[in-house]
Amino acid sequence: MSDKTRLQFDYRLKGLMKLFTLFAVLTLFIIFIGVVFKSYPILKTNSIFHFLFSSEWFPQKEKFGLFPFIVSTLWVTAIAMVLAVPFCILASIYLSEYADKKIIGWITPLIDILAGIPSVIFGIWGIIVVVPFVRDYLAPFFGKVSTGYSLITGGIVLSVMIVPVMVNILLEVFATVSKGLKEASLSLGATKWQTIKNVLLRKAAPGIVSAIALSLSRAFGETLAVLMVVGNVTKVPHSMLDPGQPLPALIANNYGEMMSIDLYDSALLLASLVLFIIVLIFNIASRLILRKMERNLG
Amino acid sequence: MSQIENNKGSIQVQNLNVYYGERHALKNLNIEIPKHKLTAIIGPSGCGKTTFLKCFNRLIETNENVNITGQFLVDGQNIFDPKVEITSIRKKMGLLSQRPYPLPMSIYDNITYGPRIHGERNKTKMAETVEYYLKQASLWEEVKDRLHSPASALSIGQQQRLCLARGLAVAPEFILGDEPTSALDPISSKHIEQKFIELKNQYTIVVVTHSLRQARRIADYIVFMYLGEIIEHGPAKELLSNPQHQLTKDYVTGEMS
Repeated sequence: MSDKTRLQFDYRLKGLMKLFTLFAVLTLFIIFIGVVFKSYPILKTNSIFHFLFSSEWFPQKEKFGLFPFIVSTLWVTAIAMVLAVPFCILASIYLSEYADKKIIGWITPLIDILAGIPSVIFGIWGIIVVVPFVRDYLAPFFGKVSTGYSLITGGIVLSVMIVPVMVNILLEVFATVSKGLKEASLSLGATKWQTIKNVLLRKAAPGIVSAIALSLSRAFGETLAVLMVVGNVTKVPHSMLDPGQPLPALIANNYGEMMSIDLYDSALLLASLVLFIIVLIFNIASRLILRKMERNLG
Repeated sequence: MSQIENNKGSIQVQNLNVYYGERHALKNLNIEIPKHKLTAIIGPSGCGKTTFLKCFNRLIETNENVNITGQFLVDGQNIFDPKVEITSIRKKMGLLSQRPYPLPMSIYDNITYGPRIHGERNKTKMAETVEYYLKQASLWEEVKDRLHSPASALSIGQQQRLCLARGLAVAPEFILGDEPTSALDPISSKHIEQKFIELKNQYTIVVVTHSLRQARRIADYIVFMYLGEIIEHGPAKELLSNPQHQLTKDYVTGEMS
């Protein structure tokens, strides 16, 4: 091959890669524009704040308040994060700092398998195990009656689903903290835990924030497994033992069965838009926190 | 002051063997490190210098699959005795590593880190500590106006002096250097070498070095290692000018590197 054809090939290949990259980013905008466009009809009838804070969801009467679903989404995600974050951080510390290579060789593939389990299987596990647990033990413990299909059930199932994602990222993050830095702390007479607390976690803090942010996006969007155990009741939940219906469940449960109610379709896309915006807000917030942390650490 | 009366600052190594799994990394080392002198450990790459140094503060145990036999007496006490608290051994040994590792916190907090983990809470005392040891490491003038900015913002030479000050702040008896100037520019290296020469009146210093010239400049005593064994050791001048062993001779004349 002549130099000219080789260089031309190189040039064209680069162009192709650029195109694909652009396309990937473009999809984001296409989806966003599509969702905005489709939810426009309902936004013409009332302000977005009306839909965000109204609790009335009666599609037959063309009332589309999203408040119950937003509250459910936040509950389920918050429960999942509260359960998963400390669990994952401690498990990752154990794997990266204490466990010997043999144990790591056993555990990390298992965690990867957990990541590959289809959502629907988590849902079934939730119905078979978590629902009865909540109904027979957790609810009575708090002196309440529950069918077991509740926000906390969704939160528990979701937290287990987040674990592999978060542990994998955290392990990567902890691996970036150099051995020399930890040895510097140890050589001053610090115990292992003092070193972990003051050096490892501090150095890894921005990475931990990223790990939480990524898991959070995953948690907000997870649909099927949560939908199977959360009860799907359209009501503003007052405790985590109440059933609820998060936004993704609302959309998945109803899209395609909108009968011939005019604005139903638009209302569900508004729900998508709200979900989109919630994820966006948390993403931006985590980026701001990250930037601040990196500035402080120098 | 008789030697027996004051055991502080003494190190005796007796029949020390280190195995990494199957590999016999250190072979039957026997040596006494002279007190309040600067001892340089020299030898070609892979001869076990760093492994040996890591025994001094038991950092070697952070590796997996390490097996250690023999006695390593610091102030008359075998540091590998299971009854010994590892933190108390490490507190006695200030370490300066190959490249500086400032902790992810401010300059001020880097110095107070050691005292704090050992339970010091008195704020005025800590402020004095910071000033005193930064002066000892000749860094005070350069950083006194920005004590609370991140340590990572310092130049690499300043960082190494900060690490020295941080190590001194826990009041060790020994200073260990693992090629402490290998990542530094010539001027920063000179700073550190000068510091070592000043500090040897108060501390027993052990430095692993790759540079024969550095050993010539700063060492009082030299240990030559080869393939995990101590081949020869003695006062620096004698060993360098009149090595007894053929391997030492080859190394100091540059026949082997």
